[in-house]
Amino acid sequence: MNFQLTRNAFGRLVLTTAEGAVHEGVVPVRAFALTAPEEDIALVSAEGKELVWLPTLEGLPEATRALIREELARREFMPEIRRIVAVSSFATPSTWTVDTDRGPTTLVLKSEDDIRRLKGPGSLLIADSQGIHYLIRDRRALDAASQKLLKRFL
Amino acid sequence: MSASSTLPQPPATAEVVATLDIDLDERLNFTSDRIVLTPREIRHGERAWPLSTKLSLTHHDHAGVGTLELSDGERLLAAWRYTLGRNPAALKFEREFNRWKECLTSGKPPAEPAETKCPICQAPIPPDEEECPNCARELHTPPSTWVLLRLWRFAVPYKGMLFAGFLLTLAATAATLVPPYLTMPLMDDVLIPYQNGQPIDWAKVAWLLGGLLGAALLAWALGWARTYILALVSERIGADLRTTTYEHLLKLSLEYFGGKRTGDLMARIGSETDRINVFLSLHLLDFATDVLMIAMTAVILFSIHPWLALITLLPLPIIAWLIHIVRDKLRTGFEQIDRVWAEVTSVLADTIPGIRVVKAFAQEAREAQRFREANRHNLEVNDRLNRVWSLFAPTVGLLTEVGVLVVWVFGIWLIAKDTITVGVLTAFLAYISRFYTRLDSMSRIVSVTQKAAAGAKRIFDILDHVSSVPEPKTPAPLPPVKGGIEIDDVHFRYGNRAILRGVSLTIRPGEMIGLVGHSGSGKSTLVNLICRFYDVSEGAIRVEGVDLRNVPVAEWRRHIGLVLQEPFLFFGTIAENIAYGKPNATREEIVAAARAAHAHEFILKQPFGYDSLVGERGQSLSGGERQRISIARALLIDPKILILDEATSAVDTETEFEIQQALNNLIRGRTTIAIAHRLSTLRRADRLVVMDRGQIVEIGHHDELMEKQGHYWRLYMAQSKQLDAPPPLGAEEEAA
Ligand SMILES: Nc1ncnc2c1ncn2[C@@H]1O[C@H](COP(=O)(O)OP(=O)(O)OP(=O)(O)O)[C@@H](O)[C@H]1O
Ligand SMILES: [Mg+2]
Repeated sequence: MNFQLTRNAFGRLVLTTAEGAVHEGVVPVRAFALTAPEEDIALVSAEGKELVWLPTLEGLPEATRALIREELARREFMPEIRRIVAVSSFATPSTWTVDTDRGPTTLVLKSEDDIRRLKGPGSLLIADSQGIHYLIRDRRALDAASQKLLKRFL
Repeated sequence: MSASSTLPQPPATAEVVATLDIDLDERLNFTSDRIVLTPREIRHGERAWPLSTKLSLTHHDHAGVGTLELSDGERLLAAWRYTLGRNPAALKFEREFNRWKECLTSGKPPAEPAETKCPICQAPIPPDEEECPNCARELHTPPSTWVLLRLWRFAVPYKGMLFAGFLLTLAATAATLVPPYLTMPLMDDVLIPYQNGQPIDWAKVAWLLGGLLGAALLAWALGWARTYILALVSERIGADLRTTTYEHLLKLSLEYFGGKRTGDLMARIGSETDRINVFLSLHLLDFATDVLMIAMTAVILFSIHPWLALITLLPLPIIAWLIHIVRDKLRTGFEQIDRVWAEVTSVLADTIPGIRVVKAFAQEAREAQRFREANRHNLEVNDRLNRVWSLFAPTVGLLTEVGVLVVWVFGIWLIAKDTITVGVLTAFLAYISRFYTRLDSMSRIVSVTQKAAAGAKRIFDILDHVSSVPEPKTPAPLPPVKGGIEIDDVHFRYGNRAILRGVSLTIRPGEMIGLVGHSGSGKSTLVNLICRFYDVSEGAIRVEGVDLRNVPVAEWRRHIGLVLQEPFLFFGTIAENIAYGKPNATREEIVAAARAAHAHEFILKQPFGYDSLVGERGQSLSGGERQRISIARALLIDPKILILDEATSAVDTETEFEIQQALNNLIRGRTTIAIAHRLSTLRRADRLVVMDRGQIVEIGHHDELMEKQGHYWRLYMAQSKQLDAPPPLGAEEEAA
């Protein structure tokens, strides 16, 4: 490993390269956020330049890995829908009440086109009116009631 | 500094100046919490931070999550997170914080905040709300499910004809019910007495048969008139629906088109309006006739013999119940089919324009597979639906057969008991055979209604969509445009991605601005905002002192000549394309504009000169030729403001130089905003504006900026190096 990662008093990540260059406000970015989230992670400077490319997090010191994971968790927001409790209507815009891995919430689906099919079998990405993306990892794994509601929009 | 305040807690209630309801916690789980600002401190639950000049609040957002950070110049004190829906509240919180912080230094009570206006409809927002109550509500109300009734709006202009059609339907139906009625006396008064030995009363027979013929002829004439009138009306309603939808679609913002697929929109406007049309002209009409027929038949039957009538009508409720069961299944099914169908068209609309890429990469098989896949999906959905549907129709058939049987049984029994005559039974059987065939066709209405309803819903989806660059409710008249543009602290985001962050620039009338910066720095986006293809997220763009959102969109755009980065030509002749913005331009004007854009000579090389066809999207022209035509198009409308977004990127250096020469004459007296990567193009600019990641980083003349050795200098050096010798791979990045 030829860089060092720390967190400063402002909560920003600071990267020091082997040559001694210091970059403040570094952010980790997943290159394939949906298809391979755990691999190919880039550390990007505040100006948007790639500093480090990590094909995998394996082999990094525990502290660095923890920092990266922490920062990713703090920046990423893609709640995973576990259950669709209710939908206000089958016509869009429709307000959905859902349970996610981040707790219960409501989202507004502006149109059916905001539901995007992902590569994996049955996995969907739903963009709500505020631009938040909700993930359904496998819609066939949802409970029957949720599936029935969801089907009306597919 | 300790988190909890040592000051005595100020009386909370009246002193709260701003609150922010946050809906995410540290780990981005959904919660609900609140932070409060008072003139003395910021409070969050138990924790409090007294206001001081050292404190500062900053906000930023990423991937739909906003963060508000409180720091004291040395370290981070707290960070709060919220979904972007709370952004207006967060901004207000920050504003209030800064306002109160300021009065710590000045010692004066804070100035009253300026009245805030809704960025969408420009109505003032009440001080205790963050979002415009009108606009926030609009977004979240779904259209009613009774969509078909909403078609009434399109029927209103044809009320008179519709009413006439209804009367004709009534009369025609009544006429068809006469013949079975006449069979009764024919049986009882003529045929049966004859069998019992009485002679046939020929006069009566002639009278009755004449009645039969007359009724048939009348029904034919009335039916013809009715069908003709109603078909006429429904065709017009269909056409109105189609044009209204298309007109509305054209008014929608680029944002809407960005999220839609061409094939889908084409399917909606083309085939779905047609389906509604067929529904109205054929099925709805049939249905109305059927209902009338059944009602009238029922009345007649009851008047002849109530008990037999009751038995006859027995299957009716059962069929109604069946319809009720399958209806829901069918509707969702048909909606699905529509969407799948749109998917199929979308594949086509995607592939055919891109056929060169498909062939270049030899991906025909893959595209065929994609189409097959979409079709398979289509089949699947259809199969599922047909399973329900195929069972439904035979069931109705079976019920009617059984119904007829029951009437026979009951009728014979009644005749045996001498309660009714043979004539009555014959009439009944004649009636119910009609009655049941109608019932059968009536049950079919379920499927077509649901199909039409699904189509109508998708059309109203378009019609209900409010443009995100709405026409102002009370448009301010656009003062005579001199060409000055004032861009005031403009922020903009696509979805949840912030693209422009606080851009301010005042462009003087007649000035030439060169906009430079890395690819993706937001140059085209700024131009899009000036043209009002999108509305700013925050801040304002003003012309002659009027906010762009307050002036009629089309009127403003008439003053802009725009040459896009990707030139688009319509199917038609070169002359038509050049005159697109001014269809009544004379030939002299067209040629003058083409000359100015240095398009004249290559146009003369085309087989029919200015009358040559350019092919779809201008396929038959080279990239540079297309660009020059679009420059001519922009010049022809003689705009006050000329915007050239990479207008000459695809022509060779010499031609570019020539275009430049020509443009120089034309630029005089016009405000010009030119974007170019080839920096040499912009040397004549009065001011160069350098953008970097959504912000303006440098403004000045070429020489000044070169002296500064900043962003512009680096860009420029990178290019001149490139000219001298091709740089090694990766050198570009270095220069960046
Ligand atoms: N319709 C869109 N939806 C989402 N993001 C967009 C859209 N259009 C542009 N962007 C993003 O906005 C940023 C700025 O784009 P813009 O077109 O303004 O760049 P530019 O400065 O004109 O670049 P170039 O010199 O390459 O033309 C880019 O990062 C781009 O990805
Ligand atoms: Mg651009």
